[in-house]
Amino acid sequence: MYKIVDRATVGLNLELYEVEAPRIAKSRQCGQFAIVRPFDHSERIPLTIAAVDKDKGTITFIAQIVGKTTREMSTLNVGDYMCDVAGPLGHPSEIIKYPQVESGKDPVVVVVGGGLGTAVVYPQAVALKESGNTIVSIVGARSKELLLMTDKLGEVSREVICTTNDGSAGRQGFVTEALKDLIEELKGKGSVVAVYTAGPVIMMKAVCDVTRPYGIKTIVSLNPIMVDGTGMCGGCRVTINGETKFACVDGPEFDGHSVDFDELMARLSTYRDKEQEKLKSYEHKHECRMFKQLDENGNK
Amino acid sequence: MAELTKKERVAIPAQQMPERPGNERNKDFKEVNLGLSQEQAVLEASRCLQCKNPPCVSDCPVSVNIPEFIRLISERKFIEAALLIRRDNSLPAITGRVCPQEKQCQSRCLRGKIDSSVAIGWLERFAADYLAAAQAAGEVSAETMAAKSDAIKVAVVGSGPAGLACAGELARMGYAVTVFEAFHKAGGVLVYGIPEFRLPNDIVEREVQQLKSNGVVFETNVIVGRTVKIHELMEEEHFKAVFIANGAGLPSFMGITGENLKGVYSANEYLTRSNLMGAFDRNSDTPITAGKKVCVVGGGNTAMDAVRTSIRLGSEQSHLVYRRDLAQMPARIEEVHHAEQEGVIFDLLTSPIEILADENGWVSGIKCVKMQLKEADASGRQGVTQIPNSEFIIECDQVIMAIGIKANPLLTAATPELNLNAKGYIQTDATGMTSIPGVFAGGDIVRGAATVILAMGDGKKTAESMNNWLSANA
Ligand SMILES: Cc1cc2nc3c(=O)[nH]c(=O)nc-3n(C[C@H](O)[C@H](O)[C@H](O)COP(=O)(O)OP(=O)(O)OC[C@H]3O[C@@H](n4cnc5c(N)ncnc54)[C@H](O)[C@@H]3O)c2cc1C
Ligand SMILES: Cc1cc2nc3c(=O)[nH]c(=O)nc-3n(C[C@H](O)[C@H](O)[C@H](O)COP(=O)(O)OP(=O)(O)OC[C@H]3O[C@@H](n4cnc5c(N)ncnc54)[C@H](O)[C@@H]3O)c2cc1C
Ligand code: SF4
Ligand code: SF4
Ligand code: FES
Repeated sequence: MYKIVDRATVGLNLELYEVEAPRIAKSRQCGQFAIVRPFDHSERIPLTIAAVDKDKGTITFIAQIVGKTTREMSTLNVGDYMCDVAGPLGHPSEIIKYPQVESGKDPVVVVVGGGLGTAVVYPQAVALKESGNTIVSIVGARSKELLLMTDKLGEVSREVICTTNDGSAGRQGFVTEALKDLIEELKGKGSVVAVYTAGPVIMMKAVCDVTRPYGIKTIVSLNPIMVDGTGMCGGCRVTINGETKFACVDGPEFDGHSVDFDELMARLSTYRDKEQEKLKSYEHKHECRMFKQLDENGNK
Repeated sequence: MAELTKKERVAIPAQQMPERPGNERNKDFKEVNLGLSQEQAVLEASRCLQCKNPPCVSDCPVSVNIPEFIRLISERKFIEAALLIRRDNSLPAITGRVCPQEKQCQSRCLRGKIDSSVAIGWLERFAADYLAAAQAAGEVSAETMAAKSDAIKVAVVGSGPAGLACAGELARMGYAVTVFEAFHKAGGVLVYGIPEFRLPNDIVEREVQQLKSNGVVFETNVIVGRTVKIHELMEEEHFKAVFIANGAGLPSFMGITGENLKGVYSANEYLTRSNLMGAFDRNSDTPITAGKKVCVVGGGNTAMDAVRTSIRLGSEQSHLVYRRDLAQMPARIEEVHHAEQEGVIFDLLTSPIEILADENGWVSGIKCVKMQLKEADASGRQGVTQIPNSEFIIECDQVIMAIGIKANPLLTAATPELNLNAKGYIQTDATGMTSIPGVFAGGDIVRGAATVILAMGDGKKTAESMNNWLSANA
């Protein structure tokens, strides 16, 4: 059992959990994830370890409420326990000091986070900064309430560029437009040497399309459906350069220009109907319970 | 019962295991075999000829004292029989259910020369279940012990049959044993692979509880190599010896077109979703897709378990596609029979070459070729060749690949000091010790995919080696 020591809502449907897991806190490296089962009846869901506190022996997740498990998990509070937390899993991020490509000018590493993917790129930005790189962050979301961690990213970035689809904050439009402009702008001024991106598959695919013509190394963090997270089931397989890889052990980060994104998107939809059914029936039960409680309170 | 004459023994017919009818049991996940009654067990036991040089014992990988335990059953000393088996085999309720008896203890049984072999596995199961029931009813006190506070710490990695057997043995010797398991539940293949209808998880849980009451500590959710490394266990947590029994769980795929379509599973994933995560129950949080027409590729126990699971999940047609013939199938005979009774369609001498998709990216069929057997090679194994122009399509909406497993490199890659063979399995010396002093290994990660009893035997034997090594070195 893994005790929750801190808990916050950090955005619309974005929930933060700091959990006691000393063994994982000690061994985790940037880019790794854990498999979580909030309750004994839950499915096993992968969540990126967004931060650790080695002294306290805690790890932090930021989970977006998308389905039954993440919804039910959000009912847990400080002092409650998560049933199972196993990790750290996956390869650590490739964190290096990128060399200069234009003499005398600092090259720039760009991290691009879409929606919840920001929670994945944030620790990468921290680690890249610590390795001596100059960082520019691009954070995108549908609207203002979904923009995540811009302040935190500001602490390690030379600049944070926000984009929203509806224009409610930052620049209106997609992260890809901001990225393309940035690449053009930095030509001859240090250049963009690498891009790290995480977010919706469709966004990561678009980011790769932007960087491909420039030959800029682009690392994507893939999120296929997982079960064990240890290479045992093969459910998380993705095609990289025409070869099948297991994202949980060979990834989850890959060279974005080699990924078959269309296949990944198709596979992610395998259980869509079942998942929606489950969420509906959970919310229905939940509401009934709430109404019952209201009734009871009202009758008092 | 008075001593029977040989003639009287020979006159007793073989007893049949009561089982639920095929078309009833193929709709749920409850156990297929119901277990022998006491009367049946006594009769079956009385069929044993009590051979002086019993081949059955030499064909059992852990040399269970078969004639003796069978004699005890024939004398209705059921508990004594179970305790006797347990001296050589710590998991008889499990092996009695899943050992390939027809290839092991029962293969050369001398009674088989007269009519049919003594049902050693069924008797083993009977005695073990009898003991467990007696313990549950408080008629026999379950053994409990706890390691002394100054006991030497030893670690076991993995809680499959090898790990469980080793932990039990080491605890009995007085060591403070901790079992580290990557999953949230202990039992290895016994809980995530083999389905309920063949081996109920409660039976595995019973063994785990027994170990716990003997002082063995289970730490689940610990992926050794990731959560903690072996040298950290030894240097920082003061485990004086380690037994690695992490199994061989890395599913193979064929490498044919279409294997990543929606609706294609490895048997490992399919069985894990169903068994470990309980997806066979519609109310489970873990989803599984239940195909209408299912093709399972392979011919081993895993394939048989997957295809029988698919029937229980409500398929209209379940095919087993196997490239050799029935006689070459590695699965237990009993499972093959059970699968036939439950309505599985066997497509033998058939090999898939491509998986086909519908317009939404779901599986719509598999393209296969027919195969023919070749002359047996020196090892006696018959290869197969493709029959030219024999392509045909089996329509289906789900494909499950059960073509074998390989060594999972997660732990070994994180432990570069371990010597591996060319296929990635851990190399050990005659005592079971690896290239790291004090670190031992056994089960599937050393042998490649094998059997429950061989894994268990490794666990037990290696516990003795560990004891010897610790006496000399710790
Ligand atoms: C390596 C990795 C890291 C991740 N990190 C984070 C993170 O830090 N924060 C976060 O909010 N989300 C993260 N995810 C996604 C997260 O696992 C899913 O949102 C979660 O499983 C949804 O569960 P649910 O029951 O609430 O929703 P469901 O209704 O079950 O599913 C909604 C959608 O989530 C995806 N999904 C469902 N089950 C799984 C599964 N077992 N494994 C992976 N994806 C699944 C599918 O696309 C599905 O359509 C990560 C995924 C991966 C693979
Ligand atoms: C579907 C199926 C059906 C089978 N049917 C039969 C049968 O009828 N009869 C028979 O005799 N044999 C059968 N077998 C084979 C038999 O189950 C195996 O040979 C046996 O389980 C091997 O035991 P083991 O202890 O070596 O490993 P496993 O049972 O594989 O257990 C290994 C354990 O280690 C854990 N682990 C892995 N990596 C780590 C790590 N890094 N850290 C911590 N823990 C880890 C795993 O989660 C697992 O729990 C079957 C196998 C399968 C897959
Ligand atoms: S352990 Fe297996 S092989 Fe040995 S006697 Fe029991 S059933 Fe037979
Ligand atoms: S070989 Fe058969 S008949 Fe002989 S002792 Fe063994 S079980 Fe009994
Ligand atoms: S999640 Fe099972 S192999 Fe990756």
